Amino acid sequence: MSAPASTAHVVEVTDLHKSFGDNHVLRGLNATISQGEVVCVIGPSGSGKSTFLRCINLLEQPSSGSIKVGGDEVTDPDCDIDGIRRNMGMVFQQFNLFPHLSALDNCTIAQTTVLKRSKDEARATARENLEKVGLSEKADAFPAQLSGGQQQRVAIARALSMDPKLMLFDEPTSALDPELVGDVLSVMRRLATEGMTMFVVTHEMAFARDVADRVIFMDGGYIVEEGSPDQVIGDPKEERTKTFLQRVLDPTHVDPGAEDAAYSKRHIAEATARSATPPLDPTAFPER
Amino acid sequence: MSTTAEAPPKKKLSPRKRAQRIRWAQYAILAAIAVVVAFAADWGQIQHVFFRSDMVKATFTEGLPNAFKNTLVYTAGAFIIGLLLGTVLALMRLSSVGPYRWIASIWIEFFRGLPAIVVFIAFGLLPLAFAGLVIPFDPYGTVWVALGLVASAYMAETIRAGIQAVPPGQIEAARSLGMPAGAATRKIILPQAFRIITPPLTNEVILLVKDSSLVYVLGLSGSAYELTKYGRGLANTNANLTPLVVAGFCYLLITLPLSILVRRMEARQKKER
Repeated sequence: MSAPASTAHVVEVTDLHKSFGDNHVLRGLNATISQGEVVCVIGPSGSGKSTFLRCINLLEQPSSGSIKVGGDEVTDPDCDIDGIRRNMGMVFQQFNLFPHLSALDNCTIAQTTVLKRSKDEARATARENLEKVGLSEKADAFPAQLSGGQQQRVAIARALSMDPKLMLFDEPTSALDPELVGDVLSVMRRLATEGMTMFVVTHEMAFARDVADRVIFMDGGYIVEEGSPDQVIGDPKEERTKTFLQRVLDPTHVDPGAEDAAYSKRHIAEATARSATPPLDPTAFPER
Repeated sequence: MSTTAEAPPKKKLSPRKRAQRIRWAQYAILAAIAVVVAFAADWGQIQHVFFRSDMVKATFTEGLPNAFKNTLVYTAGAFIIGLLLGTVLALMRLSSVGPYRWIASIWIEFFRGLPAIVVFIAFGLLPLAFAGLVIPFDPYGTVWVALGLVASAYMAETIRAGIQAVPPGQIEAARSLGMPAGAATRKIILPQAFRIITPPLTNEVILLVKDSSLVYVLGLSGSAYELTKYGRGLANTNANLTPLVVAGFCYLLITLPLSILVRRMEARQKKER
């Protein structure tokens, strides 16, 4: 798969909508990711940013709209979704390593079953990527024997072992102890400098400011503001962005309770909608 | 009034001493029961009926090893059939195709609800309904299939529970690496599911070992007898329980090492979970 000649966009999202029952989570998103670009999505919880990311590799089925990845229409029911996913690495908040396999086997299993690589070739690729994330000496360890930060780096190595064209990160450091966040972020930064196309949902403002080429601020299912990190984080235009950033960057100086009204406005409607139509799929609310 | 107020501080024991006395009382009761049993029982008669040494010898020489082997072979074959069929049924119950779910549910409820012995009796009479029906590996085939059918119903439910206990993030991770649903199930979900259900599955193997004692109703010939049928036959002809006691010990000889083996396996797998 290669980027189509007409455009260098790796991902092209047009008018993306997603509803869980009556709960309208994404309300018409338009976005593009270019080759080699690092795009960070920030925003309050419940803003739909994780759902947005999960729609791109179809872990969530969009309600309407179009998502093109490398020219292939992901939302086409007859698309080769496994083929498209092979070119996209995904890193989860909860790591989701395969607990019955060693770190090395976590990195080889998809290579041998999906890419039909030989065992030796798969191992070589896996070792190369484990070394890249600084864990070559942990190749034979099982996930339960690794710290959260190490597990997340194995998860990154696992995704990289498939030689993806695009990496998706869903809050990769949110489940980590504070002192382990740096290990993961520095691996991601290195990846960015090597030219990997990255789409990162994160709460790490420092990472977004330093590494991202573009920052998207989402709230209430809309893209509120979008631009370079200096514009969006350094000098936000929208009121909503300003409040959010002030609360995140200077959490000790906010008025207690000032956010509550806005929060309940966002979430009460959501909760009513949810209780009215209970979701069939237990994974339907990734941010809960 | 005033005396009751003074009395408790004198009499009150510390909790430790109280517990000590209760413990001694328990030991005393146990000892008393043991003494009564030891004197009341007719040990000579008990030994004669349950543990006659010449009968023990006769039980061994007249075909115990064969019966032991039969019990093992019946159980092993039925376990394999039950496991394979149970896995298929479990996947059918979780299928997105409605009729598969219904068929699996009916099958499971049917064979789980019927007493195993009813299934075996019906199986023994099967040739009446299907003239010329030949199940291969006679008599083993018949026993395997009959016992395996019953086992499959129990195992299917256990396996389904195991599959559903694997976190949904696992299938998401597998699918987002580009694995098709089938490969993700085989390589990621099932291995973890079987690890989760190792203890209940061991339980079912032990139940299977014991249920194999019911297959005599299939109408088997002497060389196909398993432990219970063999022990009971010998006990009846000699009017002595010793052969049945020996056969009973043989079951423990199977189930105890099995329990120990699985416990070791679990301990080893612990680091991988």
